[in-house]
Amino acid sequence: MTACALLLILAAGSLPAQVSFDRILNANKEPQNWLTYSGTVMSQRHSLLSQITPANVKNLELQWVFQSRSLEKYEATSIVADGILYTVQAPNDVVALDAATGRVYWTYSYTPGKDARPCCGRVNRGVAILGDTLFMGTIDAHLVAIDARTGKPIWNTEVAKDASGYALTHAPLVVKDKVIVGTAGGEFGIRGFIAAYDTKTGKEVWRFHNIPEPGEPGHETWAGDSWKTGGGSVWVTGSYDSDLNLTYWGIGNPGPDWNGDNRKGDNLYTDSVVALDADTGKLKWHFQFSPHDEFDYDSVQIPVLVDMEWQGRPRKVMLWANRNGYFYVLDRTNGQFLLGKPFVKVTWATGLDEAGRPMRAPAAATSSDGVLIYPGNQGGTNWYNSSYSPRTGLFYIPSWVEYNTVYFKTPAEYNEGRNFGGGVLRANVGQRRPTLTRLEENEGYGAVRAVDPKTGQMKWEFKMSDVTDAGVLTTASDVLFTGGREGYFFAMNARTGELLWKATVGGQVQSGPMTYSVDGRQYVAVAAGSSLFSFALRQ
Amino acid sequence: MRLLPVISFFLAAGALFAQHTYTLADVENGGRLYRGTCSVCHGPDGDFIPGIDFGHGKFRRATDDESIEGIIMKGIEGTGMPSNNMTEQQAENIVAYLRSLPSAGKALTSGGNAARGKAIFEGKGGCQNCHRVRGVGSRMAPDLTDIGALRRVAELEQSILDPDAEILPDNRFVKVVTKDGTEITGRLLNIDTLTLQMMDSQEKLRFFQKANLREYSLVKKSPMPSFKGKLTTQELADVVSYLVSLKGI
Repeated sequence: MTACALLLILAAGSLPAQVSFDRILNANKEPQNWLTYSGTVMSQRHSLLSQITPANVKNLELQWVFQSRSLEKYEATSIVADGILYTVQAPNDVVALDAATGRVYWTYSYTPGKDARPCCGRVNRGVAILGDTLFMGTIDAHLVAIDARTGKPIWNTEVAKDASGYALTHAPLVVKDKVIVGTAGGEFGIRGFIAAYDTKTGKEVWRFHNIPEPGEPGHETWAGDSWKTGGGSVWVTGSYDSDLNLTYWGIGNPGPDWNGDNRKGDNLYTDSVVALDADTGKLKWHFQFSPHDEFDYDSVQIPVLVDMEWQGRPRKVMLWANRNGYFYVLDRTNGQFLLGKPFVKVTWATGLDEAGRPMRAPAAATSSDGVLIYPGNQGGTNWYNSSYSPRTGLFYIPSWVEYNTVYFKTPAEYNEGRNFGGGVLRANVGQRRPTLTRLEENEGYGAVRAVDPKTGQMKWEFKMSDVTDAGVLTTASDVLFTGGREGYFFAMNARTGELLWKATVGGQVQSGPMTYSVDGRQYVAVAAGSSLFSFALRQ
Repeated sequence: MRLLPVISFFLAAGALFAQHTYTLADVENGGRLYRGTCSVCHGPDGDFIPGIDFGHGKFRRATDDESIEGIIMKGIEGTGMPSNNMTEQQAENIVAYLRSLPSAGKALTSGGNAARGKAIFEGKGGCQNCHRVRGVGSRMAPDLTDIGALRRVAELEQSILDPDAEILPDNRFVKVVTKDGTEITGRLLNIDTLTLQMMDSQEKLRFFQKANLREYSLVKKSPMPSFKGKLTTQELADVVSYLVSLKGI
């Protein structure tokens, strides 16, 4: 080998890193890419691409389909970096595709341990990227770093014990040189936590326990030893504000889910949003949406960060449509409650007080005789993402309307790694419905509800026949994309809710659509059934 | 809304026997799962397998609810009892259903003659005008070819005497009015945000764009007439015996 050739190889080996954190922070400057689960660390699910417009959206046509070799729910949102699309074939295979053609570059197959026991499907919601490295949480509670060019594993860290009910299902969040994840397992009596790992080594840097231990503030909100098995899971990705250096995460339900007898108190920080110092994991502030929850109202929604004018002055706010049926606006510098309004029918609370704390309806307590509650167990919304458009100023919520559950309380006994629910449920909308034969609104229906965050008032609604587990994407040309359980992929006018276009994708859309462009051509991709579909305008 | 009372089942004495409380919701869910998964082999009353009779609390191997759950999920090696891909809660619901069987609605009739029942079904009852059995009869109402493997005697009696008491979502009828005023009623097969599919009274599969309809609505009552007072007790028993004999093809 000549010295010249060696130099060339060395030069190639020192190519700049693929995706720097600076690029992630400024993802809006390169809207052709979709660098994080929610598009940007602000998590608005709003793209600045505008080639697809309300006028031409009818010319969308399918460009390619990736059929995963998995029958699990396809909940992942893909990311795109410089023409390469990274997605997850459930439960934990990472696939790198050419974003324009769908051809596969490589697949990294990960076999979860046999003790993995995610509560609600062997699912994964996506990967994160930094430099040349991808990060994936696994259902057996490991965090794996993978070479983005070759698909080879770089490190593998056990985050928690899968046999105890811990799992990782959400896409990690990269902040600076750390990758942050939280643990799922709220139905198994875990003690959930959020932790940051060094992106180079996989070593844990900090850990925030979602349930305070003796001596920590908030511990007094748990009776006796109930904190040890108090749940507090995390299963969707958090957000990050670089000015404040705060990372925000939604925390899941307390355990046992439906029987609060042995965990008297508010049960912090379950059903809360926590603001953590991104360098240390120290709690800066928290806001609890549903104190002492007995209705499974995980606050596992994505914190949507918006800089907007609020009552005459610019303010850093956080928008949050909660599973408990209320839409909230918080000041994200300090957690101050600014506004809270129901966006669906709510019967468990009679309203919110001045601090945003719910006033529990007297009859809203679970009992062995059963109690009928709106919204039902799956919530007014859930983990699938909302979207905020700075252009329309509207917040778009995938909603379950007129949906209720009768909760029956049963005894709950903790056994490690086993279900710790303490109740039985009967809902007017089934978790899974084999056929669609519902007709009447009081049987529950799905909708996209567009809410003005300044007032909490609904501006428009797009009603679906069935409920929806699909996220929402908006674009700078005021097109809104979403789907639902019926196997449609919809495009609407983000200002009016008018249906502009639809495609029959044949399977349930159970993830958020995303958009990217390659060589100047805009694509919009959505997972449905067990496949990933990518559309672009007819050429 | 009226809340369902909790049903408690106190199991027979014995140190190993845990006391369990199940709700009606458990029982309902369990019934659905049982009919979908278990009744093909065990029968609607749970007495098809020799030595096992769920309706009378008779099990061959299981000693308590946990062991029944275990068998439901894991099966029994070397026997016809397969493992089932079920959650603990689903298995628990099935146990709740099994435990409810001894005290569930008792049949009104007994001693029917299936052959006579068949004659009534195909003759004066006019059942084939809507129902189908082994390829004969109308497709408008539920196919009854395997109804004896799915439903218990008391449930069959209720459906004949009081058809409105329970209409499963899969058996709903829908009426549509097209823009030109034509009314069409049929069995609802599917409905989504934009479209509706039905089988009309000519048994034709029909597709409608909702945007092209003036209106559409659910038919609240069952199209089936009640046979209360139209059949003697003996005739009812005969028809039920015939239905019970229908175990599929």
